[in-house]
Amino acid sequence: MTRKSVRMMSASGILGYGFPEASLQAALALKPDMIGVDGGSSDPGPHYLGSGKTLNSRLAMKRDLGLLLRGAIANGIPMMVGTCGGAGGTPHLAACADIIREVAAEHGLHFKMALIEAEQEKGFLLEELEAGHIKPLGNAPELRAADLEEAVRVVGMMGPEPYLEALRAGAQVILGGRGTDPAPWAALAMHHGLPPAPAWYAGKILECACNAAIPKKHDCLMVTVGEDYVETEPLNPELRCTPLSVAVQALHENASPIIRYEPGGVVDSSDCRIEALTDRRVRITGMRWTERPYTIKLEGARQAGFSAIAIAATRDPGLIGQLDSFMDFVRESTATKVKALGIATDDYQLVLRLYGRDGVMGAWEPQPDDAPTEVSIIAEVVATTQDIANAALSLARVTLLHSDFPGRMCREGNMAFPFSPSDIERGAIYEFMLQHVIEIDDPLRMFPIRYENV
Amino acid sequence: MVKLKHIAKACKSKNAGPFHITLDIMFDKPALFEQVRETGVINAALIAQLYGVAETDILFTEYAPALAWKATLPRRIPSGAVGDTDVYGAQQHAPLLDIEIPLDIAA
Repeated sequence: MTRKSVRMMSASGILGYGFPEASLQAALALKPDMIGVDGGSSDPGPHYLGSGKTLNSRLAMKRDLGLLLRGAIANGIPMMVGTCGGAGGTPHLAACADIIREVAAEHGLHFKMALIEAEQEKGFLLEELEAGHIKPLGNAPELRAADLEEAVRVVGMMGPEPYLEALRAGAQVILGGRGTDPAPWAALAMHHGLPPAPAWYAGKILECACNAAIPKKHDCLMVTVGEDYVETEPLNPELRCTPLSVAVQALHENASPIIRYEPGGVVDSSDCRIEALTDRRVRITGMRWTERPYTIKLEGARQAGFSAIAIAATRDPGLIGQLDSFMDFVRESTATKVKALGIATDDYQLVLRLYGRDGVMGAWEPQPDDAPTEVSIIAEVVATTQDIANAALSLARVTLLHSDFPGRMCREGNMAFPFSPSDIERGAIYEFMLQHVIEIDDPLRMFPIRYENV
Repeated sequence: MVKLKHIAKACKSKNAGPFHITLDIMFDKPALFEQVRETGVINAALIAQLYGVAETDILFTEYAPALAWKATLPRRIPSGAVGDTDVYGAQQHAPLLDIEIPLDIAA
């Protein structure tokens, strides 16, 4: 009995992380139904969504996209990229589209390309908020119109539907803005008529490619999806999928390994069976999909101010023994000096991070009293303008370097500085601001698709 | 008694979105995982106590297929916000390492 199945490849954990060319060639030799890569994550923080910059370099993305594009066109299969450029906003999508056009021109390739926008207009969001369609997740506060006004950029995390639409329209290359990571692969499987449960499960395995294999490497993964199963195998003969390595991928970056909320439903893997078919191929069955009212998660960034930092360290045991009171003195003394410049208290904030003591974990540190032999201090000023940040930081820096403390022996300075200049402008900085979903009937409405013939 | 760091395959932390940290305790030997599971030591109340957060704020899952436990809790500061110290959330695992498991196993 023949059953319907599709074969899909994911190149790497994130576009621009790289993958062995031999693995791509091995994938293409197996005649997959698509090749793709996810490009996004909120993990590196709010800077990328806020600034519009890409997470990985243009050079690295061009290398990966170039290989994938040439492979896809030569084999007549679709190529899809999820969450282009790291954050999936309009500038991130444009950066990837620009690379695709450049590679196509260099190699004389022609195809239909779809660009799926995920950035949301404030007017639309305000209307939806007014209509009561935007809801907080978990313990997030209710959203106010003023919050939306503050946003620099808001993206919606698309489901598979816009990819499906682009596939139906005959696009061979599909670049997506912000989306849920499994969306491109889930879409391809659904496009071939496969049910949501295995389609979504396959997407989840593929989103981080060989994160589901051992030993861990940035490498290509092949997954076969059938009506009621998913099979996975790495393309590099040095790597293996085992039931444990596949199960471990379910833990990755999720709140729960068994229940995953996606647009329009829930993937439940509590009754999955994960079995080894060979020593490097694994079969998963028993996943379930339960439909829910359609929601799209929103991701937003607002500007937190302008930042400047200085990195210093102390190796003085006398100072380390009284760091807390010394830091209090530095804060107070800096505040006095900054005030003398005519800068209002509300216009800046000094943050001192003491890496090497309890800096990484703060209040969660289980051993806060252990005395280190050296401590690194990162002084940061976040202010309403870069000039204020720079001015206040330079006063904090000199206060750190040249303030007395009881028993001071290091008369020439309290701090080691690794850099000249010691003060580093960080420019505009951002923070994440939305933990909300929007209830929307039409999965395509927030994600307009543009087509072009390259 | 044996400390978790001497018997687990991994104790790790990572962002689960910008507002949550997720902690994974993972084993690679099914029999050992089962032994530890039977002690009942690893649970939401323990994580709440170690991190000083309310138990009701923790999503705790035992996940036998991966020989693992997972706990997801709110971040102290959202990822990358002013004052954050760990943007990826990758170094918040230390309190897990010294969890005492009442098993007579050589470290």
